[in-house]
Amino acid sequence: MDDTTRYERLRERFQNGDISRRSFFGLLGAAGAAYGLQMPFARQAFAQGDVSQVRFDGWGGVVSEAFRKFAFDPYTEKTGITVVDGTFPGGDEYLALVRASQPGEYNIAHLSGVFDYARYHSFDLNSELNLDNIPNMANVMPALMNAFKSITPDSLSAAPYNYGTTGLAYNRKHISDEEMKEKGAKILIDEKYKGKIGGWSDWRTRMWYAALQTGQDPNDIKDTDAAWDAVRKHRDVALKYWASGAELMSLMAEEEIYVTEGWSGRIHALQEQGHDIGYYDPPKSFGWQECLFVIKGSPMAACEELINFMLDKETSIAVAEGQSYPPALDPTKVDLGEKIPKLPAFDATGTLSGLTFANPAYWNGNEAEWSKEFGRVQRGY
Amino acid sequence: MSIEQREARQPWILLTPALTAVLLLLIVPLMFIVVYSFWLKSAAGADTPGFFLDNWQETLTDPFYRDILLNTLKIAAITTIVCGLLGYPAAYFIARSKGNKAVLLVLLMLPFWISYIIRTMSWINILGVSGALNAAMLWLGVIDEPIQMLYNETTVILGLTHFLLPFMVLNIFVSLDGIDTNLEDAASSLGATRWQGFLQVTLPLSLPGLAAGGLLCFVLAAGTYITPVILGGPRDAMFANLVYEAIIRQLDWPLGSALSLLLLAVLGVLVLIYNRYLGMAQLAKGLG
Repeated sequence: MDDTTRYERLRERFQNGDISRRSFFGLLGAAGAAYGLQMPFARQAFAQGDVSQVRFDGWGGVVSEAFRKFAFDPYTEKTGITVVDGTFPGGDEYLALVRASQPGEYNIAHLSGVFDYARYHSFDLNSELNLDNIPNMANVMPALMNAFKSITPDSLSAAPYNYGTTGLAYNRKHISDEEMKEKGAKILIDEKYKGKIGGWSDWRTRMWYAALQTGQDPNDIKDTDAAWDAVRKHRDVALKYWASGAELMSLMAEEEIYVTEGWSGRIHALQEQGHDIGYYDPPKSFGWQECLFVIKGSPMAACEELINFMLDKETSIAVAEGQSYPPALDPTKVDLGEKIPKLPAFDATGTLSGLTFANPAYWNGNEAEWSKEFGRVQRGY
Repeated sequence: MSIEQREARQPWILLTPALTAVLLLLIVPLMFIVVYSFWLKSAAGADTPGFFLDNWQETLTDPFYRDILLNTLKIAAITTIVCGLLGYPAAYFIARSKGNKAVLLVLLMLPFWISYIIRTMSWINILGVSGALNAAMLWLGVIDEPIQMLYNETTVILGLTHFLLPFMVLNIFVSLDGIDTNLEDAASSLGATRWQGFLQVTLPLSLPGLAAGGLLCFVLAAGTYITPVILGGPRDAMFANLVYEAIIRQLDWPLGSALSLLLLAVLGVLVLIYNRYLGMAQLAKGLG
């Protein structure tokens, strides 16, 4: 029996004179107190019972619009379960929110990078998916699955969903394709474009590109001093660190900046809107994969059903076309249509061997030191 | 229970809901933050509980935090002065206007109906390369190319002034509105010019309002986080941004707790100094 029916029955008893006014209000007060004082695990227990909604958090903007239009609304229509979608500007901000929440408050997150998967695991926020309930997982590229299995060999907490790169976005009115290819990542520290350069305020991306600018392997930076000097140089020539995909698109569209590193899907969306913006993945460009991560304490059956629905070929392709990121579906098994193979970062082999992903152990091992150091460097130190 | 005892208890009974709210919503969370500030962040996973002074040592001795704190106080002070200079004439005009005072006050409050973030972001459409100001100057032929006006300390101060000016105006207005205008007439009858009357009568009497507005503007400016994010450049951070980065970006809640307590302590000292010399009653009047 739900709370509304329970209340209506109580009110009816009061109106029929079966209970006194004092008892009626006393019971209402007791119910309120019980609700307020329920133990933290009560919410979790309820989460496994009747489920009327699932919370999904993602990156906002065109990505969320694609999810809403092609996945959530059809899913709600089919199952009757509402998908409440929230947004976050970055994975760090979202992890802070989840850490401060009650189990069951946040359910599925569109997380980026295998390092995020590892971080959630280290904070004991991982769940255990029953893959029997997600038959569409069979169409997912093994290369994407293996990255997660290296962290949790016996189970999975997430389903890979899409992938992309953080490459170089540039305004073709001011920077030619030839110049971009010639300068590569070093264009972000080129004095010629001082005051017209942008960059994501994310320490990983800054260090990744600093490694490329100093000719180092991003997954094995030997000369960190040189890398930090490159970060400083970028800071000195940059106009603005952008903090969200929407801000990235605004800065490029308004021509506040001419060049920045950017997310492949967002830049493709800008191109689709008619802006003359080029996108170039330099050698060892920052590749990443995104997943649908189910957070501990969530209603598993409903989450698994939603994930299976989202991995369905038709849904997955529609979302991929909407958000401009290639889906996790194996192109050697599934016909992805005509539009997806033209998306930036698309890998037709299904092996993703052409992309360089962040090594989770390496990057998570340096997180504490480098994230703090970047906080100082970006302030002029 | 005697009547005297009952009367002595009555204020406490009436205050109980407010005191409970303050205890549960302010004191208890603050105590959590104090406790957290003595913990240690682990490289990965949960923090290490205990009594460690590392965060406090770093917060109090690292010149990085000191410099950002001083820069924050500088930006807050400049903003407060600008708000005072712009706010006083506006408040004087409203206080001395006849008939349309209520309309002017409603107009003053209008910006509060729009989100602070939206108001701050509106400057991007005004000062941006493709913004209204550049477009107007290009159209008038004043400039040949758009001028880069955004994303620096000046735009941060501009955004803060935009946000805080109504607080200053309201406080000064409350003070000016309470001054008997006969005092200015009396000064005139004794031979003072209007300017002398203002300087020697009106201004001194309105100083408590100016100080209350100044305190509010300063405290709110020093604790702001969103304005430098939206309107600042790479280097334009204020202390609250460091707290945000420590807690949200670096997931270092213990250090973030120590930093937030330091900011609270600095601003608390300023409030105490204000209270010592001017009292909190004026502030309550302005807020009311």
